[in-house]
Amino acid sequence: MIVIVDYNVGNLMSVQNAFLRIGVEAVVSRDIEVIRQAKGIVLPGVGTFPVAMENLIKYQLIDVLQERKEAGIPILGICLGMQILFEKGYEVQETQGLRFLKGEVKLMNVSEKIPHMGWNELMFVKKHPLIQNIKEGDYVYFVHSYMAFPSDDELVAYCEYGDQKITAIVAKDHVMGCQFHPEKSGAIGQKILLAFKEMVQ
Amino acid sequence: MLAKRIIPCLDIKDGKVVKGVNFEGLKDVGDPIEIAKRYDQQCADEVVFLDITATYENRDIIKDLIQRAASELSIPLTVGGGIRSLDDFRMILSSGADKVSINSAAIQHPGLIKQAADEFGVQCVVVAVDAKKRKDDDGYDVYIAGGRKNTGIDLLKWVQQCEQLGAGEILLTSMDKDGTRDGFDIEMLNAVLDVVSIPVIASGGCGDKEDIVEVFEKTNCDGALAASLFHYQEATIDDVKALCAQHHIPVRRNL
Repeated sequence: MIVIVDYNVGNLMSVQNAFLRIGVEAVVSRDIEVIRQAKGIVLPGVGTFPVAMENLIKYQLIDVLQERKEAGIPILGICLGMQILFEKGYEVQETQGLRFLKGEVKLMNVSEKIPHMGWNELMFVKKHPLIQNIKEGDYVYFVHSYMAFPSDDELVAYCEYGDQKITAIVAKDHVMGCQFHPEKSGAIGQKILLAFKEMVQ
Repeated sequence: MLAKRIIPCLDIKDGKVVKGVNFEGLKDVGDPIEIAKRYDQQCADEVVFLDITATYENRDIIKDLIQRAASELSIPLTVGGGIRSLDDFRMILSSGADKVSINSAAIQHPGLIKQAADEFGVQCVVVAVDAKKRKDDDGYDVYIAGGRKNTGIDLLKWVQQCEQLGAGEILLTSMDKDGTRDGFDIEMLNAVLDVVSIPVIASGGCGDKEDIVEVFEKTNCDGALAASLFHYQEATIDDVKALCAQHHIPVRRNL
């Protein structure tokens, strides 16, 4: 069972719908016991870094996420859900993240328009099961103004925007994140969610 | 590299698509969901639902429509027409749309742009602007009420104000070009693109796929919106993208 964590940040239905389209019943919940039984955890998120962290604290979800991470359960963060996997964010104010991945989240420094909104091509840095069904140059849908600056060994894919490389996919062991929205990324997004489902046993 | 977006727009009235559509194999030619799904399969980059009845009195029809569309589509959905309040935003977004497009209400209550951006994020606030060249050829006026009423507001001042208030995107329709099918309003688009740094979507005047190539070659707009071209199946979205690719315009394709 895949659980989409409901910590009151944006529309979770779209992620649930996307799983349904590939034949996967995912449960939306903030119940600690339900999350504890999940074989795979998805952290979605639209909004701001401090609100996301505040809500995880308010719903007492930090400990269970930490516990499941240590238990080796695959965790997928999407967009803001990916950003909070890092150590720290600087959106609105400096805020501590979940610290599952090394690095920080800062406003992107580009000559192009912000937000980075639309379809961009994935460029691969290293192999990972999450990208096993897709190829370099495939397009996915981004909407964001802040970006992650991960450690080199945890960067899986990026995209080019102006003269900047934007972090697109990060992973360390079974903790992974997509800056873009696989649930809004057409057939390629579905293949990424399918790959996540295949990692969930 | 960021792709240029091709955006089909569906004009909807009472839950049905208004313009004549004749997709082969569709059960209900007026069903927006079926048509939007077809566009999704053809590699549309997002879909716009424009409710031209422009009232949200019959909220259940609209809610149901958005919910069904959101569950079926794998690409972003924008909904516009008749949005007047934060409650309208909330209803549309919570039903599953990704962006909300506002027009007249933004002119009447510019504060709505900021309130919506603060509450829901700039990425979901699209300001639709209908504009027309002034008779003396000096600049453009903004129109509301479906193009019936001249506000006397200067287009370039208005789009800059929209950006400052937190609009995430401008959907710019040229009333001089709308319905003519002889190409987008390159001059108006460039005037707007010179003064804002948020994405601008070109609308009005698209008559064939060459018009879409032209707008991307002659302006730095982020997307092109068309209705009739796709509705009447004169071109598929794949056809348009193939032509764009031949002209070295970056587009996302089904390969």
